Amino acid sequence: MKDRYIVEANGITQIYGMGDAEVVALDKVSVQIEQGEFIAIMGPSGSGKSTLTNILGCLARPTSGQYVLDAEDVSALDKVELAAIRNQKIGYVFQSFNLLPRTTALRNVILPLLYVRDNDKSYAEMEDRAIETLKLVGLEDRMEHEPQELSGGQQQRVAIARALVNNPVMVIADEPTGNLDSRTGKEIMELLHKMNENGTTIIIVTHDKAIADHAQRAIHLLDGHIDNIQHNGHSNVQTKVSKTA
Amino acid sequence: MKIREVLHIAWEAMNKNKVRSLLTMLGIIIGVASVIIMVSISAGTEAAIKDQITSLGSNLIFIQSSFSRMGVSGGKMATQSGGLVYDDAEALAGVNGVTGVVVEQIATNTVKTGSVSLDSINILGSTADLPRVRDMEIAQGRFFTKAENDQTRKVAVLGASLAAELFGEEDPIGQTILVDNTRLNVIGVFEERGQVGDLDYDARLYVPISVVLDQFTQTYMGKIFGDRVKMIYVEIDDQTVMDDTILQIELLLAKRHEVSLEEADFVITTQQQIIQTQESTTSAFRDLLAWVAGVSLVVGGIGIMNIMLVSVTERTREIGIRQSVGATPGDIRSQFLTEAILLSLVGGLLGVAVGVGGSWLFGKLSDMRTVISLASILLAFLASAAVGVFFGFYPANKAAELDPIEALRYE
Repeated sequence: MKDRYIVEANGITQIYGMGDAEVVALDKVSVQIEQGEFIAIMGPSGSGKSTLTNILGCLARPTSGQYVLDAEDVSALDKVELAAIRNQKIGYVFQSFNLLPRTTALRNVILPLLYVRDNDKSYAEMEDRAIETLKLVGLEDRMEHEPQELSGGQQQRVAIARALVNNPVMVIADEPTGNLDSRTGKEIMELLHKMNENGTTIIIVTHDKAIADHAQRAIHLLDGHIDNIQHNGHSNVQTKVSKTA
Repeated sequence: MKIREVLHIAWEAMNKNKVRSLLTMLGIIIGVASVIIMVSISAGTEAAIKDQITSLGSNLIFIQSSFSRMGVSGGKMATQSGGLVYDDAEALAGVNGVTGVVVEQIATNTVKTGSVSLDSINILGSTADLPRVRDMEIAQGRFFTKAENDQTRKVAVLGASLAAELFGEEDPIGQTILVDNTRLNVIGVFEERGQVGDLDYDARLYVPISVVLDQFTQTYMGKIFGDRVKMIYVEIDDQTVMDDTILQIELLLAKRHEVSLEEADFVITTQQQIIQTQESTTSAFRDLLAWVAGVSLVVGGIGIMNIMLVSVTERTREIGIRQSVGATPGDIRSQFLTEAILLSLVGGLLGVAVGVGGSWLFGKLSDMRTVISLASILLAFLASAAVGVFFGFYPANKAAELDPIEALRYE
């Protein structure tokens, strides 16, 4: 569906601490992201990049502002409801892979399926789905391996499979190539682009200018504000990002 | 999340850290095992005591002289009403429902044969019904008869160990023993009976009570008391009318002794009362042991809580990962709670195995009897599960309340 906003965040403000120790991590930031976009978020440390990513990823709630994800207002949801949103609509890929240690690739990929509420799927069905996803990332012959037996690139592929297994509307990748050599990093980026071509919205947090240049848009944050938005224009998707004054 | 999955994850977690899991369980294992062993030992002791008491004979009433009514006035014993006399026993035999009466009077004296002399032998004067009423088996020869008692015949029956000491391998029947210058003809030997409390049945000499009253009560007290007896055993036909029979006996004795029931110079005790007294002592002992063992269960639970807290900290990142893929606080809580309960239950099961094995071994290796009770197994097992829930709750809550962002960032 074109022209549909997956993410509509308006006036997102995040304040840490209280009183004199108050730190404004995000100051009335507004972001809209369309279905199928490939967006990069950039910025130096302390710019509010992680805070924004965590809020967009429903890992945290903003102090104020409205966040509508996939036509659902999630800014007022409680912990349990947010967990369900993370489970159903969001997939994460982390810099440090964050796979469960001493747990096979297959078990790692099944994990999000286990937390689906009111799940009527049998374990065998879940396994089939996980295997299917592992095939998508080219790891069908490594399913029974545990993370420590896999290379960094393979671990990140497992993580991508885990992010995709519940068919999320959006994948958030936080420095996904940060722990990988450049060749493997490139492979991972190719995989993410492939996922994007299949219709998954991808938000990538990165320091790497080259990666940001491959995104349709790159949002540059500075001191809790959107500093500028770089339109790379190699996509026909209409993008709209506004900065609230 | 499905129960099956929760269990699966908890089982996985336990297996990934086998040594630590075992160490965590150790407290519970020891706690449960000690509950079972302690209870089995005290239950065994209780059963052994009960058996001994029951072996004294069934449906028995013990009537003892009570010396409370006797006082010393002006240096002379007041003997008007001074307890049981031999004739009381004769009268009791006529009470309805009484099937046997045995009288006992004890003297202590030196027993000699041609070659052996034994000091301080317990000489029990009794009546012909003794073997039947007290369930004592004659191994050789026979017990004395009523006629022999009535005629003050100088016969004797030996306890098993006394017979061995006096005669060794020789056949005692027909031999003569000398007690305080009185010659007694040995007519029988009892089977081995064992010891009840500090009373050794096998080391005694059994003679007609008439002989004891006539020949061996030559102490000052004995002279005064004349035909007074220490104890009368009454065997009752039907236990259901025991209360009624006891009342009849009380009335009869009170009348004979010319006292009121309130001032009775005798005390009646039933077998049941003795068992109850024993039971209340041993059950207090057992309760104490169970409490001590229960404390070790609590200590075991604290061990589990300790390790679970460490485990929550150690697995903070795992918790973050689970939260990021959609685990709710409730999912995390039930995961860690299940793990704690599983640890305690598996620990409890191992404890039951160790406890049952230990009790059995203890019974084999020592001469103490052990009785493994199902109730103690169930109790210990349930207690360990409860310990798991109780001590697992705090760590599980701590895990559930972790912030996903901080948990994911945890190194």
